[in-house]
Amino acid sequence: MPRLLEKKFKRKNQNMAKNDLQGTLDLLVLKTLERTGALHGYGIVLHIQRASDELLRVEEGSLYPALHRMEQTGWIASEWAMTETNRKAKYYKLTAQGRKQLQQAEESFDQLVKGVRAVLRFA
Amino acid sequence: MALARRIANLFRRSQVDREIDAEMRAHIEMRIEENLAAGMSPDEAHRDALVRFGNLASTRERTVQADAALTLESIARDLRFALRQLRRSPGFSATAIAILALGIGASTAIFSAVNPILFEPLPYPHANRLVTVWDIFKSQRSETTFGTYRELLARSRSFESMSTFGPWQPVMTGADKPERLDGQSISAGYFRMLGVRPALGRDFVAADDVFRGPKVVILSDKLWRRQFAADPAIVGAAVRLNDDTYTVVGVMPRGFENVLSSTAELWAPLQYDVATLENFNTWAWGHHLRIAGRLRPGTRLDDARSELNRIAANPSSAFPRPRWATLSGGLIVDSLQGDMVRAVRPALLAVLGAVLLVLVIACVNVANLLLARAVERKGEFAMRATLGADKARLIRQLLTESLLLALIGGALGMGVGLAGLQVLVALSPPGLPRADAIALNAPVFAFAFALTALAGLAAGLIPAVQTPRVQLQPGVQQNARTAAGSRQWARSALVVSEVALALVLLVGAGLLLRSMRRLLAVDPGFNTADLLTLQVQTAGHKFDNPDFAHGAGDSARRHFFERALDEVRNVPGVTAAAFTSLLPLSDDPSWVALYGAHFENDDPNSGRNVFRYAISPGYCQAMGIPLIRGRFLDERDTADAPQAALISETLARRQFPGPNPIQNAIGKRLHVGPTDRPWYTVVGVVGDVRQTSLEMNQPFAAYLSSEQTWFADDSLSFVIRTRGDAAALAPAVRDAIWRVDKDQPIVRVLTMSRLLDISIAQRRFVLVLFEAFGLVALVLAATGIYGVLSSSVAERTREIGVRTALGASRANILALIVRQGMAVTALGVALGLGGAMIASRAVDLLLFGVSRLDPITYAAVAALLMLIAAIACLVPARRAAGIDPMQALRSE
Repeated sequence: MPRLLEKKFKRKNQNMAKNDLQGTLDLLVLKTLERTGALHGYGIVLHIQRASDELLRVEEGSLYPALHRMEQTGWIASEWAMTETNRKAKYYKLTAQGRKQLQQAEESFDQLVKGVRAVLRFA
Repeated sequence: MALARRIANLFRRSQVDREIDAEMRAHIEMRIEENLAAGMSPDEAHRDALVRFGNLASTRERTVQADAALTLESIARDLRFALRQLRRSPGFSATAIAILALGIGASTAIFSAVNPILFEPLPYPHANRLVTVWDIFKSQRSETTFGTYRELLARSRSFESMSTFGPWQPVMTGADKPERLDGQSISAGYFRMLGVRPALGRDFVAADDVFRGPKVVILSDKLWRRQFAADPAIVGAAVRLNDDTYTVVGVMPRGFENVLSSTAELWAPLQYDVATLENFNTWAWGHHLRIAGRLRPGTRLDDARSELNRIAANPSSAFPRPRWATLSGGLIVDSLQGDMVRAVRPALLAVLGAVLLVLVIACVNVANLLLARAVERKGEFAMRATLGADKARLIRQLLTESLLLALIGGALGMGVGLAGLQVLVALSPPGLPRADAIALNAPVFAFAFALTALAGLAAGLIPAVQTPRVQLQPGVQQNARTAAGSRQWARSALVVSEVALALVLLVGAGLLLRSMRRLLAVDPGFNTADLLTLQVQTAGHKFDNPDFAHGAGDSARRHFFERALDEVRNVPGVTAAAFTSLLPLSDDPSWVALYGAHFENDDPNSGRNVFRYAISPGYCQAMGIPLIRGRFLDERDTADAPQAALISETLARRQFPGPNPIQNAIGKRLHVGPTDRPWYTVVGVVGDVRQTSLEMNQPFAAYLSSEQTWFADDSLSFVIRTRGDAAALAPAVRDAIWRVDKDQPIVRVLTMSRLLDISIAQRRFVLVLFEAFGLVALVLAATGIYGVLSSSVAERTREIGVRTALGASRANILALIVRQGMAVTALGVALGLGGAMIASRAVDLLLFGVSRLDPITYAAVAALLMLIAAIACLVPARRAAGIDPMQALRSE
């Protein structure tokens, strides 16, 4: 493969992986908020770890750009409130739009998993 | 103000940063706490938390970016949504936008017109240091004498430079027709004082401004282009002015604006003979000059004022003063700008106030519309709130909508403003200072846009504050009644203020209208219909009075005017013609025509100032001035005949109190002007005439035969009574005069009714604007009342249904609704009457013959508003009365 083409291919591949990863992170966050109601960023991280039996460990900081993006898109809303340990934290909760988005994301993730399974089984 | 905060965040990143920092710090600290609880050492706990978090700096940066980029995107989305909402209810949007465009457009136009006159600095360097000085003569503002100028120049220290100047109207010959030009004679430093220099050639220097100095002239750019085709070699060329040869030494720049005499087109040095100051009986001691000066840097106007008045109060033996220029009344020292706007300032401020009222009414009306819409959309907002849209989001949405409305209204308002400005300039009264500088310029744009944004926020605020209450309601049902009370209350309050503001404006318009009526009812003392007037100036050395042939020029002048009059009388269509030295209601300066009148046996120190009219036989008959007793002046009263005079009725009554004053006046003798000449004998008493304007009652007048006065006036006004259209005869009359001498210019060719219009132009201008604004306010107030009642009827459908079912008659229901509307109106009227009693101070100076608290005006305006309000009430009331109770009860 000529070098130029190789480079392009690589980058495209990376983007795809990144988009995928981002989409998955969004899904995890939305689902977490649906289950727990209102939660701050740290709580979301803990919940994802706990619920996945420590299988999924996200880099904790990477959560925040995603949270802010989703808030601006209107999927989630935020509010400053006190934690049980009396600390001020920003709590996120799902909006109606976010609920709809979650439903769609769940469906398409199911399709993805089904597809990947089918391919794996066939192989 | 969610939207505002978000926009602000774009520019105040630090605040967004702080919030993000706080959020992440909370995260890390929570992790540390947990680590400590799990038994780690403080150091370990800290390090672990950071490692788990990842790259803090880059994460923070990415988070900030996510916020900023998407905020812009979400504004765009809000805007698109708002546009869609506005399109969905075109009636509402069109009304709101039209009201805003009208309000913003009108205020932009008015502010544009007023700005260069009242607020913008004059177009000179450090214009705030320019001041003017007037004398006070017989407690009236008056021009100064050359002697006073010399004294102030020598004794004052506040000024960097000081100039004096007077009008100069030379006749230019050499072209195909003689032309009288408007100019100024100025002291040499005039242009340097203003801070302007000629664009071509040179400025005057001290050597130009001496007695019998060189005959030099500086031209305006306009004259240079009109008469000399912008000839670049004009400097050094010769022009014929007043039968003399003048050398052009300079041309002023195109942009030079001469606010001290805006019509002046050429300038010559004053060239006073300083030696004549020794004799008080010379022209140098006449009140005919103006003074302007430039203050030294750092000197305040107040300092200069007190210094000049100190000089006025302390005569010095080095500067003797005559009886009429003692300066004992002090001097009027004002900034050039203040002096320029003195005459128009009250009118302009009143108009500005009126247009701001219109703008406030427009904003209130739009707020009212938005509020009504918020009520209609309650269901929509409740639905959205239930679906999870938060409070901030809804407020932001509403604010975006109202701002969008305001912006569209503002853009259209700009168009309205541009058109309005053209109308304003076309309507503007003659004599409006700086009329050429009026334009839609940068500060005006800024003003309009500030207004636009303010209007949008003000209009958006009330519904935005009220909407969140919707969320408190349980569920999504269209539950109209619970919140209706408070919102109806707010809307009623808005309508009350609209009615009150409209009333204030209408009272202003009403007072001005009544003033105009009163003014037009004033009898000018003569018949203004079918009367053509024109002024003939005599110029040329043939009219000089040389020492060797005393009075030769005067008799040449008289001869010319008499022959011209004969020619005019022969023009077909002319029924009567005559001339006068002073034409009533014209711009003839009154100060040159006021003379002291002393009757025989009067105390030599008393006497009255009277207007001196030098007239031809038949003048009073041509004008239609009635003879009250005695006889008119006629062909008998030649230069050799006994000197005869007519006096005005009021002069006779004041001079001869007691029984039969008019009869007593006949045969009495008086001097008009110089007392060293033979007496004039009163041969007749005629009616009073308004000389300066219809407003001013200055009834003392004396009429002399032009052949019997002590000097021949160099310009006379012809009055020509015609059959049919007076203006149409102007060319024939002009040609008749030029048949006698083609070198004599004819100026100010106007019918008397046109002169009358011009004399009331400023008043009419203000009146037209007030009427227009008053009408707009009335319509807006009626719209407001109608809107509130309509939605109230819609909300009370069920209640009205119940009432009807229980036996209320159609008339009962009509009365119920009309009473509600009229209660709101009555409250507004009551508040407005109070407001108008205070606000009418603003038009006080513009009123004529009517008090600013005139009860008839107040009552009429209140009645008018009530009537219009009643009509606005009737439509919703009829709708309510037509409600079918069965349907109403079933509908919910």
